[in-house]
Amino acid sequence: MSAPLNPQAEAIATSRGPGFLRRLCRSRTAMLALGFIGLVILLAALAPFVAGHDPMVGGDDAMLPPLSPGHWLGTDDLGRDVWAQTVYGARVSLMVGLVTALFAVSIGVVVGGLAGYYGGWVDTVLMRVSEFFQTLPRFVLALIVIALFGSGLWKVIFVIAILSWPQTARLVRASVSSLRQQPFVDAARVGGMGDRALLLREILPNVAAPIIVTGSLDVAAAILLEAGLGFFGLGDPNHISWGSMLNEAQQYLRIAWWMSLFPGLAIALTVLSFNVLGDALNDALNPRSRVRS
Amino acid sequence: MLEVRDLSVEIAAGREKLRVVEGVSFSVGRGEAVGLVGESGSGKSMSAFAILNLFPSPHARIAGGDIWLEGRNLRGLSAREWRGVRGAQIGMVFQDPSSYLDPLIPVGRQVAETLRAHGRNEGAEARVLELLDLMELPSPAEVARKYPHELSGGMRQRILIAAALALRPALLIADEPTTALDVTVQAGILDLLTRLRVELDLGILLITHDLGVVAETCQQVHVMYAGTIVEQNEVGALFRQPRHPYSQGLLGSMLGPDSRAGNLFSIPGSVPGARDMPAGCRFHPRCPIFQPGLCDTGEPALVDRTGGGSDRCRRSGEFDNAWRRTA
Amino acid sequence: MWFVARRLLHAVPLLFCVVVLNFVLIAATPGDPVTILVGDFPAPPGYVEQVKREFGLDQPIYVQLMRYLGHVLTGDLGYSFANRQPVSTLILGRLAATLELTLTALLLASLLGIALGMLAARWRGSWLDSGVQGIASTGYSIPDFWLGQLLILVFSIWLGWLPSQGNMSVRGAPEGFAGFLDHLRYLLLPALALSFRYLALIARITRAAMLEVLSADFILAARSRGASETSVMITHALRNAAAPVITVIGYNLGFILAGSALIETVFGWPGIGRLLFDSISRRDYPVMMAILLMVSVTVVLANLATDILHRAIDPRVGDR
Repeated sequence: MSAPLNPQAEAIATSRGPGFLRRLCRSRTAMLALGFIGLVILLAALAPFVAGHDPMVGGDDAMLPPLSPGHWLGTDDLGRDVWAQTVYGARVSLMVGLVTALFAVSIGVVVGGLAGYYGGWVDTVLMRVSEFFQTLPRFVLALIVIALFGSGLWKVIFVIAILSWPQTARLVRASVSSLRQQPFVDAARVGGMGDRALLLREILPNVAAPIIVTGSLDVAAAILLEAGLGFFGLGDPNHISWGSMLNEAQQYLRIAWWMSLFPGLAIALTVLSFNVLGDALNDALNPRSRVRS
Repeated sequence: MLEVRDLSVEIAAGREKLRVVEGVSFSVGRGEAVGLVGESGSGKSMSAFAILNLFPSPHARIAGGDIWLEGRNLRGLSAREWRGVRGAQIGMVFQDPSSYLDPLIPVGRQVAETLRAHGRNEGAEARVLELLDLMELPSPAEVARKYPHELSGGMRQRILIAAALALRPALLIADEPTTALDVTVQAGILDLLTRLRVELDLGILLITHDLGVVAETCQQVHVMYAGTIVEQNEVGALFRQPRHPYSQGLLGSMLGPDSRAGNLFSIPGSVPGARDMPAGCRFHPRCPIFQPGLCDTGEPALVDRTGGGSDRCRRSGEFDNAWRRTA
Repeated sequence: MWFVARRLLHAVPLLFCVVVLNFVLIAATPGDPVTILVGDFPAPPGYVEQVKREFGLDQPIYVQLMRYLGHVLTGDLGYSFANRQPVSTLILGRLAATLELTLTALLLASLLGIALGMLAARWRGSWLDSGVQGIASTGYSIPDFWLGQLLILVFSIWLGWLPSQGNMSVRGAPEGFAGFLDHLRYLLLPALALSFRYLALIARITRAAMLEVLSADFILAARSRGASETSVMITHALRNAAAPVITVIGYNLGFILAGSALIETVFGWPGIGRLLFDSISRRDYPVMMAILLMVSVTVVLANLATDILHRAIDPRVGDR
């Protein structure tokens, strides 16, 4: 049972050709995605200044449609401003997405690096464990863990990260075990370099690029997963998130479509941007996959 | 039997059209083996694919010339008629038998594919066993049921040859048939090809970069360089006295019984791409006897020489070995 | 045969680990584990005592694990006081609705995804190809439950064509064939919403697999034997592309299961996903744990089935 849960990352090889940045910049969709991600990050960072309203505090004007004076995306059932909520929601989604991906990639690099470098029983055990984690139904398990242990931003991040690392681990393992055979690594070993220095200085820089690709795809997956948790009412109650906005929108679909449209669009576009960026990075890393006819 | 006249092949690269084969002519008779020799990039494989009008890249096509097979010009055939020729009148075997066999289908059925593609469904199984036996494969019935990954490289190549010869075509095109195989296995395949040639009165067009293979298998040889034939002769004559400096260089780089590490020779430089073809003789930038004014103006023609054979060198016959300058 | 046996042997420890994980979750949850086993719902004190005894909560942890394993293996998943029913009965009652929804989505995603992927590969670089790739990226990024809300907004609320909640007309559901059609009207939107992400994935993989196979050497060899394009497609290309596609379909069944929890909630579909949502909001822990167990086991079995199917197509699998 070794197929990936996320086949997008499967084709990633270890090559890091010259002209990588140039190729990346030439992809218009990639630049568009990067631009959108930049915009979302900016809005999230400047939320207090661009929101215009407190997202948690309602007013007398409930259920105002978009383009109402003072509330250009409308208000929700409690009179809270949808724009303000969307902007503050970006904070949670980005935080969960980025931090989770960072955790997942870190665990994946350590596990994959150890398994690939040492091989033998270390490899067998670690890969069995990652296989087990890959088999687990991520969303349902995350739901239940949060339901059991209580919700909270850090718990959400931790749970998603724990369930997301095997992809990276497998990738790093494959790269490392093939790099281990390369002459320049042998040369370094003969030169008296220790295992740890060898892993950190010679091997990891060579698998850095594919790791960034999976990282980008991990961000997208984590944002989607968090939105699902929020929709199930298991997000952090102290923060507005896009998923929890959609949860509330569900009851008012008939009368307040804007409560669903804007947060949903925000999730879809952000996730799409990270996915597109991941794909573009991958294409830029492996120009052959594009050129071959 | 096979007459190729002035064959040209182009590959479309974006808006550009690159001529990778230019005005190539040769013929193969029944029961005769003809070698097409050259470095990679010389256009020898493309010439072979052109005879079947079947290219590995969708961007390649025949740009000019005629292909006469048993009195019929294949140029101008419809796609359907081409299919009738492939496998039935011309068989082809390839370089790496492991990638040219479908990994998911038992090999016997792949041999039978040739028969079925031409509507010979009756007795196909018996014919397959007969063919495998002809290829000197042990226990054909068992082998036929195996998958490619269960066979050795040499056995796979025999399967490919069986598939190519299932309908007793007059011509077999063999594109580097032994390059991917172990040396010990190579000899077996070459012996098999020679035996089949004699027993079946089969014409063979052998594409290779290895003059040794040609010496062992062929009667006629054409040396290709940068999309053109630069020298043509009987095998014995060419080995005795190559005229073109390129042929002399190729022969010089062969491993002979008296070659030692110290005197290994290789022609410096590499084959020019179709994009930056030198003016004049296409070989002149790498040629040791290049003469300015003579060799870099106007493409030299393929000239018949007295005593048989032909070549494209303007200084043909001046040196026995241009690389050692012995007159 | 050996292969199947080996794979079965491989699946058993995975299943065991899944059950142990369930147990660990129960044991590690802060608070009294008996709450998790009984649920956060007023239960008669006698029953609580009985559960404590049965699961050996006063015994060492390994005894507890053995007892838990024993319960799971005998199919005893506890009692839901919130629903006044044994958990297994409760889940079995909801199984049909979920199977109907997920299998429809699976079928829809596979058929459309494979068809789109093949068309895109056949006319590579055309507008059709770009369209399919666009669908693939979008489908992979859009949250399925939001897609469900959008479908409700458009087809139920604005256009009024299709119902948005439930799986049949509550009042006056017609009989026979008309009843079946009535039911299909309820099924269409949730099945679409559920299948989209999966469809995107399948289309993408099919396209890539077809492109790779069509440029393979053995395709050229088949053509050199005079095989027609149709025969090349059917005997060689489809078969070789099938292996990766089937692997992706089978290994990502979790997509559909996870998605169904969300989609059933959006569409009020009376299946296991909806049950999960309700039991989470009512803190009905035994039901939650049973559903987790069931979903995990389903995924392991789906992977097992995929491996066996893969082996049936590709003789190279498993005897490296």
